Amino acid sequence: MAHARKQAELIGECELIVLYVIEWSPFSFQTAEENEKRHKRREEEIAMAKERVVDPAVTSLKDAGLNASGLVRHGDVADTINRIAKEQKAHQIIVGRASDGGMAKRIFGSSTSNLVMNAVVPVTVVA
Amino acid sequence: MSILHRLMLAGAGILAMTGSALAQDTMTLDQKVNEAFANATGPFVSLIFSPFPGTNFPWIVMWLVIAATVFTLYFAFVQFRFFGHAIALVSGKYSDPNDAGEVSHFQALTTALSGTVGLGNIAGVAVAVGIGGPGATFWMIVAGLLGMASKFTECTLGVKYRNEYPDGTVSGGPMYYMSKGFSQLGLPGGKILAVVFSVFCILGALGGGNMFQANQAHAQISGIVGEYPGWITGIIFAGIVFAVIVGGIKSIANVTEKVVPFMGILYVGAAVIILAMNADKIGWAFGQIWEGAFTGLGVAGGMVGALIQGFKRAAFSNEAGVGSAAIAHSAVRTKEPITEGFVSLLEPLIDTVVICTMTALVIIITGQLVMNDAGTAFLLNDAGTAIRTIGDTSGVALTSAAFGAGISWFPYVLAVAVVLFAFSTMISWSYYGLKAWTYLFGEGKVKEIIFKVIFCIFIVIGASANLGPVIDFSDAAIFAMAVVNIFALYFLMKIVREELASYSARLKSGEIKRYEH
Repeated sequence: MAHARKQAELIGECELIVLYVIEWSPFSFQTAEENEKRHKRREEEIAMAKERVVDPAVTSLKDAGLNASGLVRHGDVADTINRIAKEQKAHQIIVGRASDGGMAKRIFGSSTSNLVMNAVVPVTVVA
Repeated sequence: MSILHRLMLAGAGILAMTGSALAQDTMTLDQKVNEAFANATGPFVSLIFSPFPGTNFPWIVMWLVIAATVFTLYFAFVQFRFFGHAIALVSGKYSDPNDAGEVSHFQALTTALSGTVGLGNIAGVAVAVGIGGPGATFWMIVAGLLGMASKFTECTLGVKYRNEYPDGTVSGGPMYYMSKGFSQLGLPGGKILAVVFSVFCILGALGGGNMFQANQAHAQISGIVGEYPGWITGIIFAGIVFAVIVGGIKSIANVTEKVVPFMGILYVGAAVIILAMNADKIGWAFGQIWEGAFTGLGVAGGMVGALIQGFKRAAFSNEAGVGSAAIAHSAVRTKEPITEGFVSLLEPLIDTVVICTMTALVIIITGQLVMNDAGTAFLLNDAGTAIRTIGDTSGVALTSAAFGAGISWFPYVLAVAVVLFAFSTMISWSYYGLKAWTYLFGEGKVKEIIFKVIFCIFIVIGASANLGPVIDFSDAAIFAMAVVNIFALYFLMKIVREELASYSARLKSGEIKRYEH
């Protein structure tokens, strides 16, 4: 985020969107009881992501005098970031490199590398 | 594996000793309970499964098949007209990306399927083909295709009349469409139907959805590791189920929800491999199914025998018309109730037309059923009740032998699959029973936990005792659900027709749109 802020300050007139994607797949398997409570959980997940991650980030960007807003979405991380970038007509994407690593990464690849491969706009990966 | 095996044997030894001391008292008590229960419930069981006079065709099977035919005609073959649309819904083509995170159609389908795919697809089909011959497969497919319309009707209604709570959770089932739907149409008696349905649903959940499953799972495990007391299996199963449904331990549910579909795919995959190895015989097998459907190929009862077995298996396996799937689908939030109906019509197709047919084909193609030398008719067993098989097997053992003839180690995988299917069926039925319970006694944490604890206790009972009459009764209860449910569906089906007309008009006009992904 520090990188995004610095860039924004250098560019001057621009808008920053803080996006948090909750990993979720429509093709997982659930019990009926989980289905029943799914809507409630979804609302809770969104509220928590907003409260803990997105809102503090947006506030600090705004405090620095930047034009910032926040979004929380469910879905495949790489696909969703790319889709929102298209929707919001973003000029670039800045993502963290954080990944689970290990075996899972070797098999499925990380979200970040998926995003880098498929993104419609330039992606900056920061540590 | 070997350590576990030894531990289990040691455990069995200790139990055998303590068990024998108690045996004299408990045996007589068991028998007393069994007898009293059989006497009390016998008339009800024989009423539900009673055949038409002069035949051995149970009327309940005819009731389900006639209903399925009525719904198929009333909705003008909705299962074929909207088949493509159902696939599109499940694959997410009509899902708004902004709704991501809500239950998807795919999840609704797999949740409902996990309650029906199980022992019926593996053991039940073997019984049907063993008695009715290959021709039973043809009638099973016919009944499965018709059953799609019953599922469509009940699931649409289930979602339309479910309850939505202030916190956003949803739930429902036939008891709610009976009471709400009937009062909307100004018909009397909806409440009574709903109460009767709920009572049967609780009994069915504790019996067919629980004790029967626990019993069969124990039979499978002890068939591999050797005999040991059933209550051990019961307590282990009850403990795991308790952890999932009361403790909400996600990790166990997570494991099963990944392993169970994998098992389903593995099962169908193995069947496909065996069919591929015998590719030259596939044409012959279908010929047998076709010919047997109309002549019986010498099975007991001829063509009618094949038809009865096929219809019976389809009805018992996919539960179309029973009302259980309506409860599962009601747990899904959706803007259009009818979309759940479209999705649900895929269930009898997958359960009966695909999985059951695979089992039947494998049994036929691996030559488990013994024919005369000319290959024109089947030979009967000594009792004359079923077709003679290689090694005189029937039920699960017949399926196991058929798969074993193709892939030698597969019977072990099959045993694991049976146990896991039993487990997932229990989890599903615990939910169905719970919904009926809360309809009767009201909602609330304590009331729900009371039911869940009762449910777990019945797992132990089901696994440990050979409660023949109890299991007969609980099977009868599941089909008694169908009697009440289908009766209500006949009154409510016009509501579904209105929904269908409105939806297909909006689909044509483009108001219901596809999303680019």
